[in-house]
Amino acid sequence: MLDWFFVSPAERRLLGTARLGGPTPWVVAIMSFSILLIAATGLALANTAGVLSRAIDSRYALEVPGGGANLDALLRTVRSSPGVTTADAVPEQEMRKTLERWLGPTAQSSDLPVPALINFDVRDPGGLRAVQQRAHAIAPEAKIVAHRASVAPLLHSLGLLEVVTFGLVVLLTAAAAAAVVLAARGALDTHRFTIEVMHGIGATDLQVTHLFQRKILIDAFVGSVAGGVAASLVLLALAGGAAFAGDLSGGATLGLRDFMILALLPFALTGLATWVARMAVLRALREAL
Amino acid sequence: MAAVAEFDSVGLRYGTGAEVLRDLDFRLRFGTFYFLTGASGAGKTSLLKLLYLAQRPTRGRIRLFGEELSEAPREALPPFRRRIGVVFQDFRLIRHLSAFDNVALPLRLAGASEDEVEGPVREMLAWVGLADRASARPPTLSGGEQQRVAIARAVINRPELIIADEPTGNVDAEMANRLLGLFTALNRLGTTVIVATHDVGLINATPGAQLIRLENGTLVDPTGSLRNPPRPPRKTT
Repeated sequence: MLDWFFVSPAERRLLGTARLGGPTPWVVAIMSFSILLIAATGLALANTAGVLSRAIDSRYALEVPGGGANLDALLRTVRSSPGVTTADAVPEQEMRKTLERWLGPTAQSSDLPVPALINFDVRDPGGLRAVQQRAHAIAPEAKIVAHRASVAPLLHSLGLLEVVTFGLVVLLTAAAAAAVVLAARGALDTHRFTIEVMHGIGATDLQVTHLFQRKILIDAFVGSVAGGVAASLVLLALAGGAAFAGDLSGGATLGLRDFMILALLPFALTGLATWVARMAVLRALREAL
Repeated sequence: MAAVAEFDSVGLRYGTGAEVLRDLDFRLRFGTFYFLTGASGAGKTSLLKLLYLAQRPTRGRIRLFGEELSEAPREALPPFRRRIGVVFQDFRLIRHLSAFDNVALPLRLAGASEDEVEGPVREMLAWVGLADRASARPPTLSGGEQQRVAIARAVINRPELIIADEPTGNVDAEMANRLLGLFTALNRLGTTVIVATHDVGLINATPGAQLIRLENGTLVDPTGSLRNPPRPPRKTT
């Protein structure tokens, strides 16, 4: 495998063309740039969804329609239930403030019945039955709602976006591979005479392929790294915004593991491009005698 | 005496056209000098292509160096091509490589190190009288010089068979005689040589050489000078 990277000066002279002469590095750079940004977006979305999911996994709300005449008693009951780790009542004023976004000033009207709400966390979902039984003893109309159920559409949308970003990364990678195949075929056409002479003298397909895959490896590497550097600059420029978003989503932006994945992508793209070029050249050479 | 090449009922057609070579049955013996003659379009170049494995026959069998190669997988061919030196009419030198690099190419493809390449290539260039043109590229060389570089490239690997297609077609009479001298010298060293040519003077200047004549894609021996003449055409029932 390592000999893919090493070609003697004499072998290098066989192709006789300058590096970076064609569009391949530019195409690969654009693909690498786009792949990195999309992959970063996908990873950030995945992290956000993960943080959100973990935060609400054990969180439930006890809703008491028609107000909270027994709110204090309910809160004490919930707090004392087995498995409950935290429980907090949402102040009525806060509820009205939230409703104001949809209802306007009407939300502040005393005629508008506002349910009482207690948010609580349970260590074990089995503890919910005890909470429900105790709450019903005080307020029979009280019901427990899982936060996960409320946020499910958002998590579903985030999941779909992750799939879309992954699909885009795959599509762009395939497009980069196709560009490399075209470049390899173009290079073969350009050097057809040299290849014929080499074959006539007894060169094997692997010897001919070796020359082309090295050139494409260099083009792909330069393009991938250039695209990667440009994408990194854009990500750095967005870092302030990302930090803000991280604050909103509980610190879910990009972690060390994500940065390592992103840093490896240009090298993975280079490796893929080289392998694809090798296969394309070998296949094209098999058409000759 | 063992044969370098054996053709058995060989035919060749390009695409769906008519056969350009038909019913070729002959053997080339080791260490013999052959001239291949025939009018333009008789099939000389096609026959040579079959010999240097640039073309497969559409029918019949070809054995080279004792191996049946008509249907051999293409990966099996390079080692046999390395045992053959070819001099093309149009030289087929790589324009962007120096004369040195062109001559060194077969050695490098055979896996020789740069240390192993330097001496033999300098020696070969000196042998063809181009020691001082080692760094020159083909476009800056005369036709005769290019032909000599092509010959040096063809023989650098000490091939067992040398095939030359109209090697004197682009050079003057003096150069033609010098090139013939190179081929006969190689033949004396035991190399089988086959030269396609129209040049009767060249043939007459090479006593002992065998003559293979092609007419309309078939072998003929009208003069009876061929010591291993083609078999008579097969009777079709």
